[in-house]
Amino acid sequence: MAARNTTTKSAAKPGVSAEDLLKHYHDMLLIRRFEEKAGQLYGMGLIGGFCHLYIGQEAVVVGLEATAGEGDKRVTSYRDHGHMLACGMDPKGVMAELTGREGGYSKGKGGSMHMFSKRKHFYGGHGIVGAQVPIGAGLAFADKYLGNDRVTFTYFGDGAANQGQVYETYNMAELWMLPVIFVIENNQYAMGTSTRRSTMSPSYWERGAAYGIPGEEVDGMDVLAVKGAGEKAVAHCRAGKGPYILEIKTYRYRGHSMSDPAKYRTREEVQKVREERDAIQHVRELLLTGQHAGEDDLKAIDKKIKEIVNEAAEFSKASPEPEASELWSDIWASA
Amino acid sequence: MATEILMPALSPTMEEGTLAKWLVKEGDTVASGDILAEIETDKAVMEFEAVDEGVIGKILIPEGTEGVKVNTAIAIIGGEGEDMSAAPTIETSAAESPAVPAPAPAAPPTTPVAFEPAGPDAPDGTGMTPATVREALRDAMAEEMRRDETVCLMGEEVAEYQGAYKVSQGLLDEFGAKRVIDTPITEHGFAGIGVGAAFGGLRPIVEFMTFNFAMQAMDQIINSAAKTLYMSGGQMSVPVVFRGPNGAAARVAAQHSQDYAAWYSHVPGLKVAMPYSAADAKGLLKTAIRDPNPVIFLENEILYGRSFDVPVLEDFTIPFGKARIWREGTDVTLVSFGIGMHYALEAADTLAEEDISAEVIDLRTLRPIDYSTVIASVMKTNRCVTIEEGFPVCAVGNHLSAYIMTHAFDYLDAPVLNCTGKDVPMPYAANLEKLALVTTEEVIDAVKQVTYR
Ligand SMILES: Cc1ncc(C[n+]2csc(CCOP(=O)(O)OP(=O)(O)O)c2C)c(N)n1
Ligand SMILES: [Mg+2]
Repeated sequence: MAARNTTTKSAAKPGVSAEDLLKHYHDMLLIRRFEEKAGQLYGMGLIGGFCHLYIGQEAVVVGLEATAGEGDKRVTSYRDHGHMLACGMDPKGVMAELTGREGGYSKGKGGSMHMFSKRKHFYGGHGIVGAQVPIGAGLAFADKYLGNDRVTFTYFGDGAANQGQVYETYNMAELWMLPVIFVIENNQYAMGTSTRRSTMSPSYWERGAAYGIPGEEVDGMDVLAVKGAGEKAVAHCRAGKGPYILEIKTYRYRGHSMSDPAKYRTREEVQKVREERDAIQHVRELLLTGQHAGEDDLKAIDKKIKEIVNEAAEFSKASPEPEASELWSDIWASA
Repeated sequence: MATEILMPALSPTMEEGTLAKWLVKEGDTVASGDILAEIETDKAVMEFEAVDEGVIGKILIPEGTEGVKVNTAIAIIGGEGEDMSAAPTIETSAAESPAVPAPAPAAPPTTPVAFEPAGPDAPDGTGMTPATVREALRDAMAEEMRRDETVCLMGEEVAEYQGAYKVSQGLLDEFGAKRVIDTPITEHGFAGIGVGAAFGGLRPIVEFMTFNFAMQAMDQIINSAAKTLYMSGGQMSVPVVFRGPNGAAARVAAQHSQDYAAWYSHVPGLKVAMPYSAADAKGLLKTAIRDPNPVIFLENEILYGRSFDVPVLEDFTIPFGKARIWREGTDVTLVSFGIGMHYALEAADTLAEEDISAEVIDLRTLRPIDYSTVIASVMKTNRCVTIEEGFPVCAVGNHLSAYIMTHAFDYLDAPVLNCTGKDVPMPYAANLEKLALVTTEEVIDAVKQVTYR
């Protein structure tokens, strides 16, 4: 394995407890193992359609969720499995939605890209690139209107960041001082298009300046850096100062979706990030070098996660297909 | 513990594939993420990664094997340090591999459909060659780009990626980056740029990765493209083609599975084509590119891989507003377009076995519509069933029903029935998706109703 460059990453920071580190490790690993399992089930034909894995980007949601309080909201794109697990949704319900079964969060009717949990304040899972951005601002609008101090994490990709509605939203969000954090998950590719081929602007977060929205760039392969930036953004929103932009530099290891031949980047490029910048490996090293945990403790976590994921997979296979009558339900809400 | 490596499903529509190349050999140790093999799917050649760690025990399917069904065991992998020389004892055939519910066969079978050689579209004696709809569309664009310097193609992933569904394969190489242009994900913007470029004298082809995303661009399509000729008192025509896959693919759920045929057909100023066969895809797309009006060209992902006979002609075009009679009949007229034709033709086959003779008409374009072919047929058969994938309310079939009622009322022996998709957003679950789509059985039932059988 190539030498990792840890100097640019947060080392054990003051204020970061062993518990925190262990929790981050657990939460990130859960997402990774869950996604690997989902990939496997897709290959077996148990999951159909589009399935976008979050592998590589785990530190983004895990770092930000560590800064969220009860009642804070989140909304994202179709690459949503990690976000759901990180906000505490049940892996069983998520996996069963992937297999299109009754036990899934949307009773099997939404699938990988369209899942929701009102209880966990997870507002989707949206299949249309960029559409979640005004929706996120709308959630924040409602919170402000209702007079509470909740914030909304609105996640979108580097590709989505070019959609026009994003800028319409920026303008209104600042104009109306909405408590929304725009989280740009810059994984450097939109399907097969690298950011260099889709924009001449050097950074996405700086675009907020045109509307008066502050922001910053964050190393998304470092969960502690993400968390630190998240805390700042949350404090800004809660203080009534309006929106904040976090451009989080991350990387997706797998193809865009399951059917991506991935000819637009080299194996070496992917391998280099995996080996030198992996976020889970980073925390693992912090835990070991800081003597917060031993190999055996980590093995125990790995084992526990494997069980959770296997249980979710079993549940998702055993749960029955939805009743045929479900075809006709949920078209209109009753008054 | 030895585990089987199964042939993976690597795309929403893949049912089988070619095991193009093994990148590991028996005895190799692999880690999660290592590439095991290259697999050719219906869309592309894909690398297949290992999920588990271990030693490759036995390769069950040699490279170069075609038509390997998803979920067939292709190799056996053992835990590290395990002696895999005994592996062949867990010899398994596809039939014995772990019981997994087969993926929903949402895609119709891909048997080539014969195109009657001396069809009205090509002169008698024209030679035919099989081509997929995907190839036919690509050829149509390439031919028109060779013919006319002002034709260019823009859209997401059309150039370097060769098209999200590989429809624009090879076009960047031939025509260069000036004419085959990758756009950012900004549908409203690039649809408008397409319209403006058409104002400015070009003939842009704007590809939507799927028509679901054209919803982002709706204002430019309707307010800018469709209405400008009229608003300018005839001065300013807008020769732009908006094309891409439309309708349900397989298991991609509500936001990615919608048939927009009725939506666009509603709008004066647009032309709307929705081909079924490869020949029609080619001939109509060439006509669309030459047309001085905005044309909505609705393709279908499931049809992309299907083969049909295409006339071998230097310049094969099909006029808009001319339906094609796929099959002559006397008892009932089936009218459809796009993938709906798959159900219409299948139903006609089954009905023939029961001595019901169905005439099958493919409208091919929905604006203009070839009413006279439909009316002439209904006057002969006195009965009509329409078939489409879209929602039932304000469907194209509703419009045809009204038209037939107005123009051939005295000839009707039964009400016109419309077979459509169900009045619900597309569900994801495999069983519900099947129920939501229109089916051949529903077409047969409708025919029996109108023929009182
Ligand atoms: C409006 C719209 N256009 C196109 C698509 C097809 N599409 C799905 S994901 C994607 C790439 C998005 O990239 P990015 O925003 O960077 O997010 P990432 O996939 O990297 O997480 C595209 C083009 C879509 N779903 N919606
Ligand atoms: Mg991206």
